[in-house]
Amino acid sequence: MIESTDVLVIGSGFGGAITAYHLAAGGANVVVLERGPWLAGADFEHDYLLGSSYTRVFDFVAGDGMSVLSGNCVGGGSVVYFAALPRAPRFVFERQGSIGRRMWPASISRETLDPWYDRVSESLQVEQQTWDDVSYAGGLWAAACDHAGRTANPVPVGIDRAKCTNCNWMMAGCRFDAKRSLLFNYLPAALSHGAQIRPLHEVQRISRTDTGYRVHYNLVDEEDYRIHHGGGEIDAAIVVLAAGAGATPVILQRSAEQLGPMPDAVGRYFSGNGERLNTAVVNEQRVREVLGLSRGDGLAYEANQIGKGPMVANWDRLDGSLPEYSRFSLEQLYFPPGLGTILAQAADATGPTWFGVDKKEMLARWKSWLIIFQMTEDDNEGVFGPPPPTGNAYRISQQMLGRGSLRYDPTPNTLRGWAEADAEVKDILERDGLAKVTPWTNDVVGAYTVHPLASCRIGDDPKTSALDDRHELRGHPGIFVTDGSAVPGALTVNPALTISALAERAIPGIVAAARERGVNVEYDGTLPVSSTKTGALS
Amino acid sequence: MAHLNTARTLTLEAFADTIIPGEKRFDDDVAIAGAAPGPGAVAAGAMELLQTPATGVTAGLEHLADALNGHAQAYATELGITLRQPVPPFVELSFADRTALVQRLLTPGHPEKEGWVLLALFSNMAYDSAAHMHTTDAIAAGHPGLLAMGFSKPDVDGLWRFREHSYGRPLARRHPDTTPSGSPA
Ligand SMILES: Cc1cc2nc3c(=O)[nH]c(=O)nc-3n(C[C@H](O)[C@H](O)[C@H](O)COP(=O)(O)OP(=O)(O)OC[C@H]3O[C@@H](n4cnc5c(N)ncnc54)[C@H](O)[C@@H]3O)c2cc1C
Repeated sequence: MIESTDVLVIGSGFGGAITAYHLAAGGANVVVLERGPWLAGADFEHDYLLGSSYTRVFDFVAGDGMSVLSGNCVGGGSVVYFAALPRAPRFVFERQGSIGRRMWPASISRETLDPWYDRVSESLQVEQQTWDDVSYAGGLWAAACDHAGRTANPVPVGIDRAKCTNCNWMMAGCRFDAKRSLLFNYLPAALSHGAQIRPLHEVQRISRTDTGYRVHYNLVDEEDYRIHHGGGEIDAAIVVLAAGAGATPVILQRSAEQLGPMPDAVGRYFSGNGERLNTAVVNEQRVREVLGLSRGDGLAYEANQIGKGPMVANWDRLDGSLPEYSRFSLEQLYFPPGLGTILAQAADATGPTWFGVDKKEMLARWKSWLIIFQMTEDDNEGVFGPPPPTGNAYRISQQMLGRGSLRYDPTPNTLRGWAEADAEVKDILERDGLAKVTPWTNDVVGAYTVHPLASCRIGDDPKTSALDDRHELRGHPGIFVTDGSAVPGALTVNPALTISALAERAIPGIVAAARERGVNVEYDGTLPVSSTKTGALS
Repeated sequence: MAHLNTARTLTLEAFADTIIPGEKRFDDDVAIAGAAPGPGAVAAGAMELLQTPATGVTAGLEHLADALNGHAQAYATELGITLRQPVPPFVELSFADRTALVQRLLTPGHPEKEGWVLLALFSNMAYDSAAHMHTTDAIAAGHPGLLAMGFSKPDVDGLWRFREHSYGRPLARRHPDTTPSGSPA
């Protein structure tokens, strides 16, 4: 007999965990299928060795013109992310993007989303940092902004600052339980209400039954993700897709054969959140002379390795009166060696920029690097090609690295936004000889995003949105999407809080749909009690 | 580790040395061009990493080495370079020619670009992440890439902690439109 449940959730990141918690708390039977492993606390290693937690929990899918980085574990992106949690500025909700009309549903604005932002901020325990929390790298960025007549803000974070050791190993999972990932709030709360989470279950497709849907999965080998050990099926009245914007549309594309045609916007309008990166190599002497910075141990900076991801952002260009594609935020952050070094280009190189003699010299100054992350407005130009046989990529390496079907050819609007952001960073950091700045190259793996969005988005216009404003998939009642793919477009800031607020906002509608299908579930709106004090989920 | 013959090993070493160049290991080292001071990708363990099956490139190394030599032969013919040495064609090319050829292979639009990108990626990672070793072992052994970059040492328990981490004072004005929750308005 085929197993059945009330609600089947695909993926355990923000969109999945929030849905699983509320539906389970409301009384529904909930099963969460997660393709990645289930790690916690001491499993998170400080180690770049292939096969350590760093490669187990991480997913890097190279596409054609765009590579997508995301989480691959219970907790999804929350385990590997940097926990910067700002709200999106007001103007973002008024964007028109490529469609010549407001892309967000009429029912959503910053005002209407703020109560949902409040709720997730409480659950994720978002805090403001003081200048004592800000790392040297964040401080350097702030001082440079100030010197150039700009402002700079310590960003709100989901980090227990007392536990943080500034080790900068966040991308391998937090060893010190300082990052308040979903392993500390929504997921343990969902478990306590009876939800089941099944790691190493990769959903391939959805089909229809007489009364609902059937979800088909493969069992993934715990060490070599290229190997699958059979699979199975689960029936459910309601299916919630939350596999992330790089994976959700692929599951739907693969399901079209049995479910029937998908809305046109499934697998289209992908946004990389307008992301782009610059690396500055800092002149230590100028930092001391011009900015007056000193660590007190004879050093001015040399602190690239120290910190906790992004600390300080410049928001001067988050100005709604500027034209679309000219608005962006500039955030200092840390990317570790490997992913954070390969695409950096040597300034004034005579030969190749990202490898060779000049690049080696640039690496020798790694301690003096300062990475600036730009979140601009792109044009939703990403399109997914035909799906690979399984998952969302042909896996190349045992873990982490794969080749996907996303094609992204930046439009002149996107290129203009990147160019303006590059120019702004250069203006701030090359002033008075503080640093040399270069953008990361797009020639190697295309552009690079850790913020995949919009590949299955909400909207009012059925032609350009796959979901209605309740996150239900058009033409397929009972299927909902609550992850980053539902966000209509680039946000100009880090997206996790917005994804989460939208998921919270979608819950009452999902509960109502479940009730219509005879599921005994209610929405009472309680939030998870944080388990930070009682210890991590394991 | 997969077994590669000497010619293919020299070829792949020469490729890795083009990505992160280093000094020759011994006087008549033909694979390493000696284009930069200090150890490069090869000394950092590029061949060990490439021959780790978890990378997913190991099974393709023989093919990549042979294809690289094919391209080197064609490149030499095109530029009128005569190859005479008893070493593989790519190895015989000067560092400048190796670089020019590798740049061509890595250019967007080259039909084989993806394979060469993988080779470049792992050559680089051997140097800047030592992904074939436990990072603590790499640090203890004085891994040349991590050492050159100034990657700091961990605490005795093998974990990194930075007690001193902040200038500890306000360094900029906040954006005037910041909301009470610390977000942009
Ligand atoms: C290095 C890094 C740093 C980041 N830093 C920040 C930050 O500071 N602030 C911020 O706001 N955002 C940050 N992000 C982005 C943030 O993590 C994502 O926006 C967020 O996690 C997206 O949530 P989601 O619900 O869309 O999907 P995810 O969190 O990606 O969750 C999707 C889950 O689904 C699973 N899955 C995928 N396919 C399948 C399948 N077929 N079957 C079953 N399960 C599947 C995945 O393994 C994953 O666990 C960062 C991301 C990265 C990679």
